[in-house]
Amino acid sequence: MSDGVEPVLDVRDLKTVFHTRGGEIHAVNSVSFHLRPGELLGVVGESGSGKSVTMMSLIRLLPSPPAEVRSGTVMFGGRNLLKATDRELRRLRGREIGFIFQDPMTSLNPVFTVGFQIIEPLRKHMGLNGAQARSRAAELLDLVGIPDARRRLRDFPHQFSGGMRQRVMIAIALACDPKVLIADEPTTALDVTIQAQILELVKDLRRQLGMAIVWITHDLGVIAGIADRVMVMYGGQVVEQAPVRELFADPRHPYTRALLKTVPSVRGQREPKLKVIEGQPPMLGAHPAACPFRFRCEHAFDRCGDENPLRRDVGHGHDVACHWNPAETMVAHG
Amino acid sequence: MADGAREPLVQVRGLKMHFPITSGLLRRQVGAVKAVDDVSFDILPRETLGMVGESGCGKSTTGRAVLRLYDITAGSIRIEGAEIGSLSQTALRRLRPKMQMVFQDPQASLNPRMTVAAIIGEPLDEHTRWGRRERLDRIYELMDAVGLNRNFANRYPHEFSGGQRQRIGIARALALNPAFIVCDEPIAALDVSIQAQVVNLLEELQERFGLTYLFISHDLSMVRHIATRVAVMYLGKIVELAPREALYADPLHPYSQALLSAVPDPDPSLAEKVERIILTGDVPSPSSPPQGCNFCTRCPQVMPVCREIEPETREVSHGRFVACHLHDATHDPTGGRTPGTRQEPNQQGVTR
Repeated sequence: MSDGVEPVLDVRDLKTVFHTRGGEIHAVNSVSFHLRPGELLGVVGESGSGKSVTMMSLIRLLPSPPAEVRSGTVMFGGRNLLKATDRELRRLRGREIGFIFQDPMTSLNPVFTVGFQIIEPLRKHMGLNGAQARSRAAELLDLVGIPDARRRLRDFPHQFSGGMRQRVMIAIALACDPKVLIADEPTTALDVTIQAQILELVKDLRRQLGMAIVWITHDLGVIAGIADRVMVMYGGQVVEQAPVRELFADPRHPYTRALLKTVPSVRGQREPKLKVIEGQPPMLGAHPAACPFRFRCEHAFDRCGDENPLRRDVGHGHDVACHWNPAETMVAHG
Repeated sequence: MADGAREPLVQVRGLKMHFPITSGLLRRQVGAVKAVDDVSFDILPRETLGMVGESGCGKSTTGRAVLRLYDITAGSIRIEGAEIGSLSQTALRRLRPKMQMVFQDPQASLNPRMTVAAIIGEPLDEHTRWGRRERLDRIYELMDAVGLNRNFANRYPHEFSGGQRQRIGIARALALNPAFIVCDEPIAALDVSIQAQVVNLLEELQERFGLTYLFISHDLSMVRHIATRVAVMYLGKIVELAPREALYADPLHPYSQALLSAVPDPDPSLAEKVERIILTGDVPSPSSPPQGCNFCTRCPQVMPVCREIEPETREVSHGRFVACHLHDATHDPTGGRTPGTRQEPNQQGVTR
């Protein structure tokens, strides 16, 4: 899957389970993906699809127990992160892999100034002294578009609005110039006009800094606007993966197809009736030996219940995990 | 604002909802949060009025105030011709069956200790004197109507998924055959694939029972789908109110334009073509709104007059209302714009 370019992040066959009183929950089930340098990979899925848990697993941010990363490899900079020691991981987190979380209200510490929170990683990871760190912090706030940056360093998180707090979070994530930035629903808690500001900012920053980004969202509109490549998750698995234009132009998985039709648009044609995906998202209790989407799928047949489909290549860098193949009537099973 | 042919079912005039800010030992009032400030609109029978805006714009407060869940600061609310703006809560109680509400968070708005049957039946206990049999029949009927399995009548809310819980909330709202339902962000807490199910259900029920909705949402694409007419709110005021197609095709107020242009499109080829108006700054506090037009601090087309005089709401064409100096009566009826050509936003509208 590396098409010549060495990926900065290469995840293979990642499995994460949660141990609960009700038994094991298979939250991430054999997820594989890679991230090329400078690329923005969009990860789409509903709540419970495993998108956040996948990202938390790969830098080992999940509390264990209840979580257990059962198998897989996460190759980053020539190392397998799943085998790394806590010390190594601490050096990596924030320094080489930056994180932006969904809710800017709860992911900043309310009792420290914003300046302190940006300066902390700069001193810890970059070895800057107080004055250097302070001026770098002001530069960062300026970079993310916070006016009067030097003075704002002394303010506490509650003195910022939601959009501004998310900018602060981005500044913290960018502080150490990470190779990879993982953004988990970074605009979901924001209003659309503020979201538009943040999306513009991220596009700008990518042009300037050229880092690779994983952008988790449930909003197909956001993905369409910023991603290079998209990975669709459902029931703890990757069901489809393709370059963004390819995915929207030629979705292959019945879930992706339905999802694209169920979202109304503010522009374009207005459908008189919304297309519905019947049923509920799956429970992830049982060990998935069958396709997780089969109960809601309009194309499901016997094989879908017997065998969990593997991802198969359909060309143009596009792969899909589905037994159903509209063209397969002519092609013999391979 | 009436259509002429039909009398409005809901008529709101000059609605104000100010929450006092108190300070000091004596709780002296030192200011007010003007959550809703002079809002007027009509809702015709069997139509859906969409109400959109960003968090804090006062859309939910408007919805709750219209049902008199608050004691309003000023204004008149008439439902089926009867004035309810000044009624006491006791007097209101008799009218409650006619007007109901579906809340945003189905997790929080259903009592976890009550079974589904008890939740749906509670309005019946309060407002009817039905016997057990009659009551149970009605509960089953309602569960059928919203697509819940009758066998689940004795289960508790936590045993249901988000979408199903919202169906319970809808069944409860329908219990007393209301004419008017305020839907306050009914799909905001639901997954994308479930949202369409609930919206389609609301549409079916509207058709079947002749319901009138006030549909409050921040999801502009869903409002475009469900609403007949749409009101856009900003900082406690309606800045524009128009039929759905007119608003989405050609928004007149600079805020509506920015809001609509900010919605990302699930289509990469469209995403590049859309000219986005990126607003700078944040919404001012509703306790100290700016002088003049509320939007003057962020408006890409701001003029000196906007910082001094508050624009009046005008009907610029049939059924289209807008509160903006760009569309003042001194201009021609199209507000100095030829339909279809869009004025270029100035530099204030673009992020650095």
